[in-house]
Amino acid sequence: MSLPKFPDAQTRHQKLVYVKNNWQLYVFFAMPAVLLTLIFKYVPMGGLAIAFEDYNNRLGIFGSEWIWFENFQRFLSSTEFPRLMMNTLKLSVYGLLWGFFPPIILAILLSRVRRVGLRKKIQLLIYAPNFISVIVMAGMIIAFLSPVGPINAALGTQSNLMTDPGAFRSIYIISGIWQGAGWASIIYTAALSGVSGDLIDACNIDGASLLQQIWNVDIPTLKPIMVIQFILSAGQIMNIGFEKALALQTDLNRATSEIIPTYVYRLGLEIGDYGYSTAVGLFNAVINVALLLAVNAIVSRLNEGEGL
Amino acid sequence: METRQFYTRKDKIVLACGNVLLALFALAVLVPLVYVVLASFIDPVVLTNQGISLLPKDWTLEGYRRVFQDKMIARGFLNSFLYSSSFAAFSAVVCLLAAYPLSLPNFVGRKALNTFFLITMFFGGGLMPTYLLVSNLNLINSPLALILPGAVNVWNIILARTYYKSIPQELHEAAALDGASELQYFFRVLFPVCKPIIAVLVLYQFVGMWNSYFDAMIYLEDQSLQPLQLVIRSILVQNTPRPGMVADAQNAAMMAKIAEQLKYATIVVSSVPLLVMYPFFQKYFEKGVMLGSVKG
Repeated sequence: MSLPKFPDAQTRHQKLVYVKNNWQLYVFFAMPAVLLTLIFKYVPMGGLAIAFEDYNNRLGIFGSEWIWFENFQRFLSSTEFPRLMMNTLKLSVYGLLWGFFPPIILAILLSRVRRVGLRKKIQLLIYAPNFISVIVMAGMIIAFLSPVGPINAALGTQSNLMTDPGAFRSIYIISGIWQGAGWASIIYTAALSGVSGDLIDACNIDGASLLQQIWNVDIPTLKPIMVIQFILSAGQIMNIGFEKALALQTDLNRATSEIIPTYVYRLGLEIGDYGYSTAVGLFNAVINVALLLAVNAIVSRLNEGEGL
Repeated sequence: METRQFYTRKDKIVLACGNVLLALFALAVLVPLVYVVLASFIDPVVLTNQGISLLPKDWTLEGYRRVFQDKMIARGFLNSFLYSSSFAAFSAVVCLLAAYPLSLPNFVGRKALNTFFLITMFFGGGLMPTYLLVSNLNLINSPLALILPGAVNVWNIILARTYYKSIPQELHEAAALDGASELQYFFRVLFPVCKPIIAVLVLYQFVGMWNSYFDAMIYLEDQSLQPLQLVIRSILVQNTPRPGMVADAQNAAMMAKIAEQLKYATIVVSSVPLLVMYPFFQKYFEKGVMLGSVKG
């Protein structure tokens, strides 16, 4: 039995009655977020028009000359395009591959630590780096790797890896795992704590070894979350931690550290080539959406219809 | 629900290997943090020449004196605190409100509203159009440029919606029977049981704003408006300590050493507030992650 106030509104008349009776839901609850989203998210989408213009700040969006796809052609035929594309893809795909499993392994390892107090302490410690800011993280990396820093001292060398293009990706990815793996293990830990004791009893009775338990109980428990996490990270392939890349970028490591988002920033805000920079950004965003849809489709096919 | 597990000898070896691996990771996390703290107390010359020293004569509070006497750092702290707390409060209110209608199964327009928000998660105008908008709204050099554009956080709306859905619908029906309007129900009945989700949203947004630098870097040109992350960026990333901090160095080489050691004190001072606060709120931060893992 549903109450008069809660039936599903079917006809147009019923819908109008619902809206009239519950106008507060629209005006008071939804309106602030809708207005902010319209202004700060949808208006800039309209602003993407400048990607198709020879944009001139003085003439504005409506006064600048339309050049349609010229900005895109310029980017795609530029000598920088292949390098930027590869830098972006390599940094995020390697980051995804290297970073995907450590949180899962950590969660499985943590679940076998029998002393609860010790486990809690380890968790407190390995979650902590998540709260370190991008700037401090970059600062730590720069200080540690400096020619007079502790890593060179320990190795007895005098190198400066911050100026070495060959080291950039490793620095970026390793520090990302250092900072994020613990935190990312939380949802896997939560899922493992939900494994029923009966299942473990059954394993014991059947004489399943520890490795068999992990393979037959832990991994299947974690699989749905792994799928979602994978799709979500794949959906960010082109939007990787741009703030960190920018903070770690030096003139000398730019050969590998320049990725599309940092290029968009440099072109737009440092050089002032608004239209071209917007076109590059739009190109990046479109690829990102396409990748997200593709990965989602592939995973849902492999996973019997269970996508996002 | 602690089930006793029985381990064979082979299992015990596997388990030991696993524990060693976990211990190595925990150490890898701990060592850099401890190094930073120790280095922040070491004399600059000793630190750059021979590294960490445990001799009392090599220990000094000079690094901290240099950091604390700098007015911009104090200013940055104040600015960051003001921006982060107002952003957290504003954003949490907007998102908590927006999530409510989305949690009602028969809200007319729910699908459309959902899509309206979700699209912005995957696609946006990007850097330049957003920058031009903010600049056309005359928000350059206004803290509002940091607060307004990011206030609607779709992910947080999803978290709040998931939380509302976990609250028994009977409560809503009973309130409606008593003649309560949606507003009355939300504030009198729902809000009091929502403390955890409010904490989650406020804390997430506070930390997010406290740790960010990019928006402030492009929107706030005025030095006196800079948040802490921008102030320390010049010291940590651009290797240029603020002039007053190293004024007493006799020569360039000495200045470089002081600048190097100064970084560690700066890292400690700027990171301690969050790292000290986090254990007290750990359960809320974890709660946010769990809510997010519920599909929907």
